[in-house]
Amino acid sequence: MGAQVSSGGLLLLAMLLLPLAGALAVAPMRSAPSTAKATALAFALAELVFAALAWRAFEPGAGRLQLGLSVEWIPEFGARFALGVDGIALVMIALIGVLVPIVMGSSWEEKLPEGRTAAGFYSLLLTMQSMMVGVFAATDVFLFYLFFEVMLVPMYFLIGRFGGPRRQYAAVKFFLYSLLGGLVMLASVIGVFVVSSEELGQGTFDWATLVTIADDIPESVQIWLFLGFFLAFAIKAPLVPLHTWLPDAGAEAPVGAGVLLVGVLDKVGVYGFLRYCLPLFPDASRRLAPIVLVLAVVGVVYGALLAVGQSDMKRFVAYTSVAHFGFIALGIFAFSTQAHAGAVLYMVNHGISTGMLFIVLGMVIARGGSRAIADYGGVAKLAPVLAGMLLLAGLSLLSLPGTNTFVSEFLVLLGSYPRQPVFTIIATCGIILAALYVLWVYQRMMTGPLRGAAVLGDEEAPRQPALAGPGAATDPEATRRRAAAAFPDLSKREVGVLAPLVLLILLLGFYPQPVLEVINPSVEATMSEAGFTDPVGSTGGGQGGN
Amino acid sequence: MLAMQQIPGAELTLAQGVQLPGIDYGALAPLLVIFGAGCAGVVVEAVAPRPARWPAQVLLTVLGLAAAAVTLGMHLSSGVGDVVTLAGAVVVDGPALFLWGTLLALALGAVLLIADRTVEPGGAFVADAAVRIGTAQDRAQNLSARQAPGAATPATSAMGATGSQTEIFPLFLFSLGGMMAFVAANDLLTMFVALEVLSLPLYLMCGLARRRRLLSQEAAVKYFLLGAFASAFFLYGIALLYGYAGSVTLAQIAQASGGTDRSDTLLFGGLAMLVIGLMFKASVGPFHTWTPDVYQGAPTPVTAFMASCTKVAAFGGMLRVLNVGFESTSWEWRGVLWGIAIASMVIGAVLGLTQTDVKRMIAYSSIAHAGFILVGAIALTEQGLSGTLFYLLAYGFTTLAAFGVVTLVRDSQGEATHLSQWAGLARRSPLTAWVFAFLLFAMAGIPATSGFTAKFAVFSAALADGMAPLVVIALVASAVAAFFYLRVVVLMFFSEPAADGPTVSVPGGFTTAAITLGVVVTVLLGVLPSFALDWAALGGFAS
Repeated sequence: MGAQVSSGGLLLLAMLLLPLAGALAVAPMRSAPSTAKATALAFALAELVFAALAWRAFEPGAGRLQLGLSVEWIPEFGARFALGVDGIALVMIALIGVLVPIVMGSSWEEKLPEGRTAAGFYSLLLTMQSMMVGVFAATDVFLFYLFFEVMLVPMYFLIGRFGGPRRQYAAVKFFLYSLLGGLVMLASVIGVFVVSSEELGQGTFDWATLVTIADDIPESVQIWLFLGFFLAFAIKAPLVPLHTWLPDAGAEAPVGAGVLLVGVLDKVGVYGFLRYCLPLFPDASRRLAPIVLVLAVVGVVYGALLAVGQSDMKRFVAYTSVAHFGFIALGIFAFSTQAHAGAVLYMVNHGISTGMLFIVLGMVIARGGSRAIADYGGVAKLAPVLAGMLLLAGLSLLSLPGTNTFVSEFLVLLGSYPRQPVFTIIATCGIILAALYVLWVYQRMMTGPLRGAAVLGDEEAPRQPALAGPGAATDPEATRRRAAAAFPDLSKREVGVLAPLVLLILLLGFYPQPVLEVINPSVEATMSEAGFTDPVGSTGGGQGGN
Repeated sequence: MLAMQQIPGAELTLAQGVQLPGIDYGALAPLLVIFGAGCAGVVVEAVAPRPARWPAQVLLTVLGLAAAAVTLGMHLSSGVGDVVTLAGAVVVDGPALFLWGTLLALALGAVLLIADRTVEPGGAFVADAAVRIGTAQDRAQNLSARQAPGAATPATSAMGATGSQTEIFPLFLFSLGGMMAFVAANDLLTMFVALEVLSLPLYLMCGLARRRRLLSQEAAVKYFLLGAFASAFFLYGIALLYGYAGSVTLAQIAQASGGTDRSDTLLFGGLAMLVIGLMFKASVGPFHTWTPDVYQGAPTPVTAFMASCTKVAAFGGMLRVLNVGFESTSWEWRGVLWGIAIASMVIGAVLGLTQTDVKRMIAYSSIAHAGFILVGAIALTEQGLSGTLFYLLAYGFTTLAAFGVVTLVRDSQGEATHLSQWAGLARRSPLTAWVFAFLLFAMAGIPATSGFTAKFAVFSAALADGMAPLVVIALVASAVAAFFYLRVVVLMFFSEPAADGPTVSVPGGFTTAAITLGVVVTVLLGVLPSFALDWAALGGFAS
């Protein structure tokens, strides 16, 4: 087999290499932070243009994997350097393209720990971007595994070098959890190769070829291989009970890295379920689906309950994500076209909504200097636009109709109910909890009288929000002025960062059709590859969102 | 055997009627060149004036390595195929050639580290190892070395100190020659002789450190005593196998073990002792106990040489013994080696967690890696053989470069090997820290480094040979071992530097070259490993 290169494939290759080139260009600019930032942003914007080009080049329904590129790489292992996207991968790559420039904008004025340079931060962000594109674009299992593991390294350094006070612990925990999952997956990756060499006479890692032999693999072998992949993806996603690294990593990561961590990197887990677990091991998926569904639904409820109880706002976001990943996993393992389409759309929407929530909370933290929810109160009085943005992100997170996530959540529930009514009903309770945790956080932080150590700037009386408020001892007007000076509303840069996200939330809420059109053919193909049929009585096609 | 008889006129008859075996000089040339260069080194040591010795020895050693590589290339390009020569004592086949190439390349890196005189003024080796530590003479030779960096001047040599002695170079060459003979030995007696030739110079080289000489001498004594013990095991194993098969040739032992009613006790007793001797040299747990102490105490360039080349030689010999001599009985002994591999991986990974000295940490890492290599070695398939050979090549270069970096991080007392001293290194010297982090990631087996490719090669071979549980255990051990590599990365990058921490020396050209060599190979074998995998799969064992 020689090299097969299409022009679209070259586009993907360029998307892979461009951020790497950017990282190399930015890394030496240690003493020129503003040049470094501007260069990095230019590269990220160029990548966004490329993503748009890829979106245009992709023809929904024209072929399973498009924009293909396949070059001989390590013939001894049967590994090829093969890139290509289906609709599912394409929307994720587009999400990366959108989020990275926004993340860079939001980190523009971030105070880095002493001795760290903006050049280091931005070049790590660009490296991260390249690896994430690679994970979604790889169509060779070996290549996918390579990106899956290498992706850890830039994120490890982002958390460990630029994170919060407990960053060392969080970075190591993140790395070890993921590495353990990855290494167990390696056993399965090798196993897939060995099985394929038994079936085909010559081993291969080519995803499309492996899908064709999936039905011939005995179920007992499938189960072992499935478990290897599943563990890695369940850690990455993360599903309860393998989620404990995420609150630590999410809380200690700098805001920019946190958005990418929760918004994109974790999606690799659920993407892996859909791309690798289901088509490659259909029998095992069917057999083990009940277990996965239990974990997913437990995650929905457990994540939501813990989110209610969080006092640290970044940990709060991390736990809401655990709940949402449970929801996505429910959609994937419900095995219906609608639920799958909903899950994929959810992956995109969750990236946008949680990304926005993370960024807005990052702006609050940048002003108040504290991550504790209790240190804030009445912020809406000082910064109404900021409060509004938090409310919008929160409402999107709880799937208010008219926002983007509503469509996806509705599709997941609609698609899951005919097959898994019990699990679906339990998961629906998670939505009610979502309203509770979002609105309660908003209420505590934004409404009511000015209070909280971070808002009042009162070092002496932290942790006594109610008492430190407009008490008799201090002049309320003076307190207010001082707080207003420390708590300005959104700057122009911050508005520019949030505007595209607001736009996307509303746009995808009212008109998700363009995205669904890209997703649907791939989802249907996944269903037929895995040999699943839609339950009787469902409308199919995943068009029910609007 | 066949090849020998095909060479016309290869057998000479002496007057006494003793037949001289045929010698294929072309195939043996690399070995002969290395031994010849070693002998020439001894002569240089005897006749050259002191100031000229160091440049002469470095030149001689590097030229010797280059000449050996050239002759190796000539033999390869002549396309002769497998050669059995010296009356069947030495076999030059695919694996032997690959291992020779690996050894020569690694030795080049090691000799560059050994030759460096700028990182430690005057070199890492004591001028006169026999001087008692703490005496006035000892202080004098340390002092003069520090005052006269680079080549020694006549003024300092009047004190009996030239900055450094240069016997290390011929010792190094003899040891290397022993390793090359070891991996090509076709019978157990030749193997034993080669084992001693490779070991004895190493024992000496361990004791030559300029700094921390007591530690260094202790390491040498430990290594010598335990090594002699292991050699005794090896020799006793040979005796038992001779009793079993009536021959020390591997092929005849294999022949004898096929369907006879001879005593299995002799066979497996002999094999067990043989393997213990080999495991000791390869520092496979639980026969590893010397490794941390010796790695820590020996001068770091010598540690680099030991960690890379000795491991290659020992596993090369082990592969040949298992594949040629004992393949037919593999189902009898494989279970035991499973256990040893697991023990080695677990010991290396778990005890590595508790180490506070960077050299000891790499020592435990090498024990864990020995377990991984063993996983490939006991898969007696073509894939297992080529995977193991590739692993040896990849690991050798990574560990060589890692010890090269260790020589650079220093304080006033010499190398700063305590891990706490590495805190915040990235702040002081980002390049050094990134290079070391990259090497650690390679040892942890992160993809896009040679460590991953190598692990993939051996584990896929083992899985294809039906050893799935062993592979899973190995992967979990890799995850555990990753923790202590990460700990060093955390220290270097995420911790604040200590106020009086070590500085990073500006490496001289030699050390830079050695580290660059190691890093480049680590990258190359991670990203484009095809060519090396092809070489490793070039041919199987001949006998």
